[in-house]
Amino acid sequence: MEILLFGIAKDIVGRSSFRFEEGDEVPKSVLELKQKLNNSFPDFGKLSSLAIAVNSEYAQDGKSLQRGDEIAVIPPVSGG
Amino acid sequence: MNIERYDRQTILKEFGMEAQLKLQAAKVLVVGAGGLGVPVLTYLNAMGVGTLGIVDNDMVSLSNLHRQVLYSETDVNKSKVVTAAQKLKEQNSETDIISLETYLTPENALRIIADYDMVIDASDNFPTRYLVNDACVILNKPFVYGALHSFEGQVSVFNFEGGPTYRCLFPEMPKADEVPNCNENGVLGIVPGIIGNFQALEAVKMITGIGEVLNGKLLLFDGLFNSFQKIRFSLNPENSKIKALQDSYDFNCEVSVNSITSDDFLQLLAENEIQLIDVRTPKEFEKNSMSFAKNIPLSQLEERQDEIIFEVPVYLVCQSGVRSKKAVNKLKEARANAELINVDGGMNEILKHAIKY
Repeated sequence: MEILLFGIAKDIVGRSSFRFEEGDEVPKSVLELKQKLNNSFPDFGKLSSLAIAVNSEYAQDGKSLQRGDEIAVIPPVSGG
Repeated sequence: MNIERYDRQTILKEFGMEAQLKLQAAKVLVVGAGGLGVPVLTYLNAMGVGTLGIVDNDMVSLSNLHRQVLYSETDVNKSKVVTAAQKLKEQNSETDIISLETYLTPENALRIIADYDMVIDASDNFPTRYLVNDACVILNKPFVYGALHSFEGQVSVFNFEGGPTYRCLFPEMPKADEVPNCNENGVLGIVPGIIGNFQALEAVKMITGIGEVLNGKLLLFDGLFNSFQKIRFSLNPENSKIKALQDSYDFNCEVSVNSITSDDFLQLLAENEIQLIDVRTPKEFEKNSMSFAKNIPLSQLEERQDEIIFEVPVYLVCQSGVRSKKAVNKLKEARANAELINVDGGMNEILKHAIKY
């Protein structure tokens, strides 16, 4: 499972993507993924809106995840 | 209309004279004449959009020039709207340019947007973005969204032909300190040029009906790796039911903050000694600041509280008045009895008045 990070999510984690490898415990749903991010990087907890896309499709918290999914973590950005 | 001027696009068989006439009849409002607004305005004007409205109340500053390429060194401290209108008029005398030297507010948004076919959100802050969204939903106008972060950008088309809105992606407005803006975080000069041009392209496609617009699709661009992602998303019908604007789109609408206007502040200065805390970044502070101000960046405010004298009034200032409000609220939690005063409009307003004096 590959996680692509955008905007401030990239700044919080410190890189533009990471992977859950074979043997890693992968999150079973979007909500679990968000919780995992919050636990590892508490700054995620501060974001009031955080869009998650699974295989290029916007996903709600209840969406279940598979090992081969590509996830995009998309916080709002304001700059202009 | 001078037909020859548009020959190289009207000879495109997918475009033709028919599309050109649609551009000429179109009325487009561009909210913000900064990093995104400049390329949007420049290209829509060059291509022959008949009526272009520009809303902004900012002045050109030296640190704008690396990305806002319509402005020159001699334009620093001049009104962006007035300067842009002048240059766009020189670029294409046939365009009806409507200059609106104001920020978009809940009071004026519906009245202003009602006159246009569509809006380009080229603003640089969340309150304006949510205001544009809600006003466009109420008036049933589509709008082209563009936003930046460092080397990245986002583009989409919202509220178009029953499609999803900004709130379908990001339902709630972030709080003031969640996500940094370009002034705090920085942006590579060319990135707004790229994203703004994508916005202009979406507007042209919506007006003329050619191609496929980013309706229900969010385009993510990363300039460092030349990567593009398209995310599909759909309408949450609740978000189309907005019937009225919020009273305020301010970051701190839930708390009223004791504020002083920049005019009153400058008058006060003439006669009194004042404790002024500037909560911007050291870099911003270095560029322009009041000589007697003390710099404590918002992010360090809590741990550096003991550098502030709470026995006398504490004035707080930042660039535009958003972070200083946040600072007032932060200090209020710890120092309930202190007299904390926000300088409204921040250094932007102070500099305007300082020039007058």
